Amino acid sequence: MEAFTTHTGRAVPLRRSNVDTDQIIPAHWLKKVTRDGFEDGLFESWRKDPSFVLNQPERAGATVLVAGPDFGTGSSREHAVWALQNYGFKAVVSSRFADIFRGNSLKNGLLTVVLDQQIVDALWELTEQDPTAEVTVDLEAREVRAEGITASFELDENARWRLLNGLDDISLTLRDEQDISAYEAKRPSFKPRTLPV
Amino acid sequence: MGRTLAEKVWDDHVVRRAEGEPDLLYIDLHLLHEVTSPQAFDGLRKSGRQVRRLDLTIATEDHNTPTLDIDKPIADPVSRAQLETLRKNCAEFGVRLHPLGDVEQGVVHVVGPQLGLTQPGTTVVCGDSHTSTHGAFGALAFGIGTSQVEHVLATQTLPMVRPKTMAITVDGELPDGVTAKDLILAIIARIGTGGGQGYVLEYRGEAIEKLSMEARMTICNMSIEAGARAGMIAPDETTFAYLKGRPHAPEGADWDAAVEYWKTLRTDDDAEFDAEVVIDAAELSPFVTWGTNPGQGAPLSATVPDPASYEDASERFAAEKALEYMGLAAGQPLRSIKVDTVFVGSCTNGRIEDLRAAAEVLKGRKVADGVRMLVVPGSARVGLQAVSEGLDVVFKEAGAEWRHAGCSMCLGMNPDQLAPGERSASTSNRNFEGRQGKGGRTHLVSPQVAAATAVTGHLASPADLSADVPTPAGV
Repeated sequence: MEAFTTHTGRAVPLRRSNVDTDQIIPAHWLKKVTRDGFEDGLFESWRKDPSFVLNQPERAGATVLVAGPDFGTGSSREHAVWALQNYGFKAVVSSRFADIFRGNSLKNGLLTVVLDQQIVDALWELTEQDPTAEVTVDLEAREVRAEGITASFELDENARWRLLNGLDDISLTLRDEQDISAYEAKRPSFKPRTLPV
Repeated sequence: MGRTLAEKVWDDHVVRRAEGEPDLLYIDLHLLHEVTSPQAFDGLRKSGRQVRRLDLTIATEDHNTPTLDIDKPIADPVSRAQLETLRKNCAEFGVRLHPLGDVEQGVVHVVGPQLGLTQPGTTVVCGDSHTSTHGAFGALAFGIGTSQVEHVLATQTLPMVRPKTMAITVDGELPDGVTAKDLILAIIARIGTGGGQGYVLEYRGEAIEKLSMEARMTICNMSIEAGARAGMIAPDETTFAYLKGRPHAPEGADWDAAVEYWKTLRTDDDAEFDAEVVIDAAELSPFVTWGTNPGQGAPLSATVPDPASYEDASERFAAEKALEYMGLAAGQPLRSIKVDTVFVGSCTNGRIEDLRAAAEVLKGRKVADGVRMLVVPGSARVGLQAVSEGLDVVFKEAGAEWRHAGCSMCLGMNPDQLAPGERSASTSNRNFEGRQGKGGRTHLVSPQVAAATAVTGHLASPADLSADVPTPAGV
């Protein structure tokens, strides 16, 4: 996983709540067996509308998505995270994320930042008025900064440490392999098995 | 202080706990399907890792599988490639797989319980958000992303932050004609699509205790639509009776030991939930959705709401967008909404009881002209059971299409899709824009409402039909 320390870029204000993962990447894209090449599927249906914010020329190259509450609801598809990253997004800001999406994003180095809706409103206003306005997402300082806006955000220390260092979860877990073996030795015999012993 | 059901199951699976870190949780059962696993197997291969516990892992094919001509090569080359990738990965790593055509194939959340693999007090994960279904057995079951699928394959564990707990207490009895689906849709409308976020829900109370296992699965299945990763119901005699004798249920002394443990899996009287919601079952009636998220629902007897009636600006905007997408007008009676398609199936309502309920309504009646009805059993076994009971004949005689098992039109990854502008009454779980096909419009309903809707051509409950067809003599 690529480490995330701080990032500055232009933003896309997405004034929608309950953006579910079917909207982020429709199901027919899930037939791919790789982690890349999903950028054209991102918000595929909405992008057919020329007035959709992502289609505005001044939004090209933007890297911070600022969305309404309950972003990433629905299907567990990690493809939604890959699609956002393949398109070029480094961070997503919302007042509330769906749990599975949040977990997926942090495991892939896409920083999901929870801010109060008032701050989200302020970011929407700023970046709608001035598409060139830059937004900084600083994980070291746990702060989002833009012109006239400074807001701190929470992220649990462990998740932050893994992101800052780009650490791979599986390697971290396997450092405690003896704990897993010890647990397995104590599992009751009535637990289900998919294969004959 | 006492502990809740979720806390007990959680505590029994902690491999490692350290200050400031997520708990490392042991996973008892890992279910795989073709959509969310290819990149995980690829990750294992690249890092030279193996599957740690093949005996706790099982795969089936469901999302992409066709429901017609299953003996012929799959027409869509991309779907075919995905299924072939799963087959290749399972063969390479040694994972048990039930492919298309196998008698145990089906929607992954129907297959686990029917094999008896889903048991009380287990942790169950799958790269699919509807893994919450398995919580009906008192299992802690939740959907995971592909990175986590790889993590479980490699370590049989997951680092997880302990969730909060919410009790959803349903007092009283469900009135006649009100089903588990109506109840869960009403719960989601009440707490909202984000209401359960960060929580494990525990459904309890008299109305829940009286539900069959299949109805309990319908409830827990849709926990995720309220934002909760997991929903649970304490195991009881209904649960034990369902499991007894299933292929992977414990036997002999193991059965006795298991039941003894399972009986401890109840929330203690002095346990405290972080939140509680109380629902009066007697107030419920058949419930349907009118919008584009599962929280946008109302009793069938109601009208399409006026977006202006919402105080919250983002809810108002969401309702406006939903009505525009759904082609509905505020104030329109829900019963007046005409459909083109009716879908009975999915991990929410594709089990045998669901098919029986739909067949009972359809028996002696016909699907309305101009309406297409698809009946897709949740698994090949459910399909066989339905055939042995003659339900397939009832469906076919009514003019419905009887299909093979799979996820089918729930999300239209296979050819079963809505055309742009088409409207469905669907027993599935999500009414998102385009979910059942680009431009398709979805109303979530129970199997009974689906069948009655197929007969009348507009949203209807079985009670609306009683005037049309006299009850056959002797019934």
